[in-house]
Amino acid sequence: MTPDLSVSIGSLKLPNPLIAASGCFGYGLEYEHVVDLSLLGGIVSKGLFMKERQGHPPPRIVETPAGMINAIGLQGIGVHRFVKEKLPLLRERGARTFVNVCGTTLDEYVEVCKVLSDAEGVAAIELNISCPNIKEGGIQFGCSLHGTFDVVSAVRKATSLPVIPKLTPNVTDVASFAKAAEDAGADAVSLVNTFLAMAIDVETRRPKISNVLGGLSGPAIRPIAVRMVWECYQLVKIPVIGMGGITDARDVLEFMLAGSTAVQIGTQNFVDPFVWTKVLDSLKDYMTRHNVARLSDLIGAFDPTPPKATHP
Amino acid sequence: MPPIDIAARVIANARLSSDYSVLSLAAPDVGARTLPGQFVMVKPEGVTDPLLRRPFSVFEVLRDPQGVIIGISILNKKAGRSTRRLYDLEVGDVVSCLGPLGQPFKTVASPTRAWMVAGGVGLAPFATLAESLAASKTETTLFYGARTGEELFYLDFFERLGVTLVLTTENGARGTKGRVTLPLEAELKALAAGDRAMVYACGPEPMLEAVAKLAAHYHQPSQVSVERVMGCGLGGCYSCVVPVKHGGENANLVRSCISGPVFDGAELVWE
Repeated sequence: MTPDLSVSIGSLKLPNPLIAASGCFGYGLEYEHVVDLSLLGGIVSKGLFMKERQGHPPPRIVETPAGMINAIGLQGIGVHRFVKEKLPLLRERGARTFVNVCGTTLDEYVEVCKVLSDAEGVAAIELNISCPNIKEGGIQFGCSLHGTFDVVSAVRKATSLPVIPKLTPNVTDVASFAKAAEDAGADAVSLVNTFLAMAIDVETRRPKISNVLGGLSGPAIRPIAVRMVWECYQLVKIPVIGMGGITDARDVLEFMLAGSTAVQIGTQNFVDPFVWTKVLDSLKDYMTRHNVARLSDLIGAFDPTPPKATHP
Repeated sequence: MPPIDIAARVIANARLSSDYSVLSLAAPDVGARTLPGQFVMVKPEGVTDPLLRRPFSVFEVLRDPQGVIIGISILNKKAGRSTRRLYDLEVGDVVSCLGPLGQPFKTVASPTRAWMVAGGVGLAPFATLAESLAASKTETTLFYGARTGEELFYLDFFERLGVTLVLTTENGARGTKGRVTLPLEAELKALAAGDRAMVYACGPEPMLEAVAKLAAHYHQPSQVSVERVMGCGLGGCYSCVVPVKHGGENANLVRSCISGPVFDGAELVWE
């Protein structure tokens, strides 16, 4: 029996739950010589505004214990160039392309989504309302329940593509934001974006990255992200796409048991660009060992019975 | 050639000084694909500290006595946690080695001369370049500056290839006292009209800037290998950007991992 790794996000069916996270996979084509893009469940583009953006000056990243802080500042080619230069090639490669949409205003989100709706080969829209690194737009929607509801509603009316707001963990109760997104008509939510963080060089007393503040990702944030996915899963009915420090199949399974329908891998792709096939193979091994026919049966299958106090 | 990832065994870790080591890795398939100026992303296998790999120029392509490629080496200088870990590795340890990556040097041939300018650990990309230039019998000079005489490494390696050595040290213990750009400028000035030298440079950023500007001033082409904080080496993270000119005055940030690390010195914008 072939193990069935497929998952569904609304009407969107993916062959497996592994999606390359935004900002960690370029526009996808950068990786086509190390991984067959059609093998991934999907890829999420870098965040795109209407226009090109230069981003922040370097240094843009710094490594921290079991993680990294980044403030790239959404350097990007803009939605028009993406549609013209990247999308046709991604379509040819058989990639299921999610486009991460940014905006400085509500109108800009809507405009970018309209451009994408008219293009061929977009699987879904991931609404970036959670980038911690730019002052204008994005986070102002993602840190307010009303803002989240308003931007999702507006985009919902403008496109028939699946709309997936990406939520920030930098709020008191992320589940209430998932609920606001669901109420506004979102097809799914993805979480978590990075945790707002900073690092100081004690020798020079200066920041380690030019933007001072940045977003923390990597294994360091994983347990918090798993908790947040579990909270959202319990509150909303729409699918949850989980991410935060996933490095291997066990981490994927942890997120799925906590309620993730699909998962995104970001920082680990920097560490190991060959992670995708390794994780897929390990997931199949796990399914065989645990006699799981359909991976989707594990979504939310977490058993909260307390573990035994003794070592096995 | 697409890059590959190898769990490479440490064949040797020769400590050249209390700061520098040459780490030799059993990665024959990486060695066979490497062109001069390309780099690898490495970290000790199976650890989360360091989490990210670090970029290193391929220093040598290693061969056995029969000439069969058995791996690569990197020139490592202790600068932070990650390079200290690499300095401390022992034979038999395993290193994740992804590569080769990036744009190589463009080689030149006679009558154009090749002038390689290295500052400190910036010697790294020039061993393979010198071999390539020696194979094409190109007249090659290495301008090599270091802090002290003890930190001038591999001089016999370059001499065996017929490379002319011009050495400088900050303390004057060996070669000329002062910066490596001093003898470079003297040689540039001495070039006869119509003579052509390709100036290759790798080292600290102020040195790269000075070399690129000197070359331009004397109407000679240059290629510089830059080093930036790098997350992935494949163009995914956009952390290693450098400003380049594209015809106009507006700086444009490009990824040094895939558009570089080697750039035309005249294309870079110096900050």
